[in-house]
Amino acid sequence: MLSEFDLEMPSDLQASLSSLPYATPLGGGTNLLVDLRARREKSKRLVWLGNIQAFREIKINAQQVSIGGGTTLSDILHSPAMAEAAPSLFNAARVFGGQMVRNRATVAGNICSGSPAADTVPPLLSLDATICLTNAEGCRSVPLDQFYTGFKTNLRRQDELITGLSWLVPNSNTANLFYKLARRKGDAISVVGVAVTVTREGDRCTHARIALGSVGPTVFRAKDAEAILAGGLLSEKLINDAAQKAMEQSKPIDDLRASANYRRHSVRVLTRRLITQAWHSLPEKTAHT
Amino acid sequence: MSLEKAIPVKINGVPHELLARANETLLDCLRQHGQFEVKNGCEKGDCGACAVQIEGEAVDSCLTLTWTVEGRSITTLEGLNDTNKPHPLIAAFMEQGAVQCGYCTPGIIVAAEEMLRETLNPTDDDIALALSGNLCRCTGYTKIFAAIRQAATVLREGGGND
Ligand SMILES: Cc1cc2nc3c(=O)[nH]c(=O)nc-3n(C[C@H](O)[C@H](O)[C@H](O)COP(=O)(O)OP(=O)(O)OC[C@H]3O[C@@H](n4cnc5c(N)ncnc54)[C@H](O)[C@@H]3O)c2cc1C
Ligand code: FES
Ligand code: FES
Repeated sequence: MLSEFDLEMPSDLQASLSSLPYATPLGGGTNLLVDLRARREKSKRLVWLGNIQAFREIKINAQQVSIGGGTTLSDILHSPAMAEAAPSLFNAARVFGGQMVRNRATVAGNICSGSPAADTVPPLLSLDATICLTNAEGCRSVPLDQFYTGFKTNLRRQDELITGLSWLVPNSNTANLFYKLARRKGDAISVVGVAVTVTREGDRCTHARIALGSVGPTVFRAKDAEAILAGGLLSEKLINDAAQKAMEQSKPIDDLRASANYRRHSVRVLTRRLITQAWHSLPEKTAHT
Repeated sequence: MSLEKAIPVKINGVPHELLARANETLLDCLRQHGQFEVKNGCEKGDCGACAVQIEGEAVDSCLTLTWTVEGRSITTLEGLNDTNKPHPLIAAFMEQGAVQCGYCTPGIIVAAEEMLRETLNPTDDDIALALSGNLCRCTGYTKIFAAIRQAATVLREGGGND
């Protein structure tokens, strides 16, 4: 039995925003209901977002992707253009929870859960995604990279909702990959999650992102490791150096899923593997269009 | 304490009202209503025994608040059967021996049926993806996969309910 609470189910965004200062948003409920049952969450008033019109909308054009605050992991998997517009996110959706969870779990809820193991966050960081935080007054854009302030703490104010996310579609000289290391392929919490973005111009890497999950209090970008790659002539040595640096930037803990040492080791191996894979998937000659 | 409301829904095509307070889950309400094919395994989204479809989409009823399904169509295992003949998935599960204790079966069939509406040529990867939220502690999944492949063949050849 869940503890007692009130539940509002507004069908428009404004109404949900006006309840928010006093209530907790309920997206797919795949975190919140589990936490309420375990008495980790004690809210007495919930606002369900599932009735809000057009909240699950996905828009993709040649340049940009934007998704609504109610977009589910299944929506990502069922969006035909998503595999190209956000390869890492699409791959994260394939290894996320189980089917019933994916049908309900939202990307916004995943971000707000604040878990260092949240699987959509490394991909979204690797794509430089921006989130739209909206309250009754209006919307502010915050780069996801600046959103987290510590373990399960973030910049969202009590009266704000994530109403959308957006990022630029990677160009044809850019590869974007994600790998989730877990004990099973499905329905498992990440031991380590790594997302990388690499842009290639001839022999040079002109842009790099490396985002790491489950190896620190929040998901984060290994910026020192990125800096080793960006602008450099890419070689096996440079990739090894970047992978080593990513490992050094990780601050994992021992828990029931894996030891901190194993996680550190995995960060190095996976970063090296993904950057190498990304690099070789890109054309040597830059297609100038 | 929140009030009890009568929530109008369709269960397997038939209109009903479920009496529920804000904090009651669809799992509890469906079982109180006599839908014992909806199983309670873990109450936290891990096992898939409680899976039902809402407007054709499989969800864990233990993670669904009853108020949020107001006006929606709910399909349980029972709703997949035609009055005269079993759904090809159910027939295939029986023929392949894909049921041992049977506790996981209703949830698995509900999840698999959603996938078969998307593709009648599922690869083993497609089946694994569809069943990734369903735990079976008896069968080892081999016969479950075989049953789903068989049902897909039957449906492809037009042998389903129409
Ligand atoms: C069996 C199972 C398997 C899982 N597997 C995975 C997995 O593989 N990978 C993974 O990363 N996670 C996994 N999860 C965790 C969970 O499913 C995800 O974190 C999910 O994305 C949460 O989204 P939700 O919509 O269900 O959020 P909810 O539970 O509704 O909410 C989560 C938090 O976000 C807030 N919130 C929700 N929507 C908004 C919004 N629009 N604006 C502001 N705040 C909001 C809520 O108030 C709450 O604090 C799993 C959970 C279960 C039960
Ligand atoms: S009882 Fe709902 S998933 Fe286990
Ligand atoms: S048949 Fe017993 S759990 Fe699946």
